[in-house]
Amino acid sequence: MSTLPSTPQSTGAPATGTARVKRGMAEQLKGGVIMDVVDAEQARIAEDAGAVAVMALERVPADIRKDGGVARMSDPNMIEEIIGAVSIPVMAKSRIGHFVEAQVLQALGVDYIDESEVLTPADEVNHSDKFAFTTPFVCGATNLGEALRRVAEGAAMIRSKGEAGTGNVVEAVRHLRQIKNEIARLRGFDTNELYAAAKDLRAPYELVKEVAELGRLPVVLFSAGGVATPADAALMRQLGAEGVFVGSGIFKSGDPAKRAAAIVKATTFYDDPKVIADASRNLGEAMVGIDCDTLPEGERYANRGW
Amino acid sequence: MTGSPVVGVLALQGDVREHLAALAAADTAARPVRRPEELAEVDGLVLPGGESTTMSRLAVLFGLLEPLRERVAAGMPVYGTCAGMILLADKILDPRSGQETVGGIDMIVRRNAFGRQNESFEAAVDVASVPGGPVEGLFIRAPWVESVGARAEVLAEYDGHVVAVRQRNALATSFHPELTGDHRLHALFADMVRAVN
Repeated sequence: MSTLPSTPQSTGAPATGTARVKRGMAEQLKGGVIMDVVDAEQARIAEDAGAVAVMALERVPADIRKDGGVARMSDPNMIEEIIGAVSIPVMAKSRIGHFVEAQVLQALGVDYIDESEVLTPADEVNHSDKFAFTTPFVCGATNLGEALRRVAEGAAMIRSKGEAGTGNVVEAVRHLRQIKNEIARLRGFDTNELYAAAKDLRAPYELVKEVAELGRLPVVLFSAGGVATPADAALMRQLGAEGVFVGSGIFKSGDPAKRAAAIVKATTFYDDPKVIADASRNLGEAMVGIDCDTLPEGERYANRGW
Repeated sequence: MTGSPVVGVLALQGDVREHLAALAAADTAARPVRRPEELAEVDGLVLPGGESTTMSRLAVLFGLLEPLRERVAAGMPVYGTCAGMILLADKILDPRSGQETVGGIDMIVRRNAFGRQNESFEAAVDVASVPGGPVEGLFIRAPWVESVGARAEVLAEYDGHVVAVRQRNALATSFHPELTGDHRLHALFADMVRAVN
């Protein structure tokens, strides 16, 4: 190697798991699509289609709904197979408050942990202390207060909850609009009003003040829950999501490889209707979908977590 | 040249906003680039951090790869961080099948060389041609440079691995100055753009 003698050599101690390293990882995913996959083959299809990361789980949310019962962390073998199959980051889900599942996922070397309402909650009072981990966490939220409570617990990325496994984007739209509207309202407050706003939001004052100054969350905000088409993905980005999770929408459709690539394209060119139109042609059947109004209260995943 | 140079940030995916802010702080007119006609309008270009496989795939898909190669070969100043460094490498040690690069720096890079996210870290890094003490190096699933050719100049090493390289108008770092608020590397790049235009 032709290293010049003058090349500075740095050997300072590395600091792992810092807030910047955790949040910075999510910054790298912006503008991209994160896809649910249940095996190595699906993971490779997702990577080839241009996914920025995959979410490894045993059953996609649509099947969790169908099967019922308790939904838990996936089998470590299956997660390791997926880690071995692709070079993009691999995420996996722990139950809300199940910090031991999260410890296991960290030990397996996953790149991000989703403390997810799609799985059956393990604790009805507490979410996991996410500062206790080197692996960063993404958490779902339906409004700004919930998002900031998760950030206060150490979440390095936030996503809308939406209503996973329905193929219906209506709840994700509701949650994203809610978060954006509450941020916009904070922007209009003077400093006297921020203390009461923090109380109303049930979120730490420092975070509320930071959001009011930044005009956005202090961490990356993605959309999740119900995206089934390229236009759905572009809609979420036009509403302010910095990227999109797609769960059941790809591998529950007629032609997953084609639909996956089309959703990636529409996510990048979310503001170009011609590109979205081209991406939407001849994709085969979309997943069937569920009208969220017909979902009984007990089957609404977005109600899990607080 | 009069006024601020126009510097683009390849905006297919990744930490585009942070680069735009850092470039603006370095007194350039910064704008996102997603299309060949937008590329044609810039004096220099940043290839941001992100997922290198995704970015190269999207560049091919949207007809940007060849125009990018042409502009870089013709001497347009270009700066790549992390995934951007991988795109600027003439060769990837362990490419995904079909993974294309723009090239421009005579080097071989190893993707995710410092490990997965759990091994991601920050550390102080001294960089040649950046005065004022070490920069804060944020290494996120970062690559390193396995070897460089005679035309490339090594600007920094961390723990014995090459993490910053310059070859004429092309600059690359394994780490992400755009995430730290320290804009000295962007200032260095802005000077490179001004020197050419």
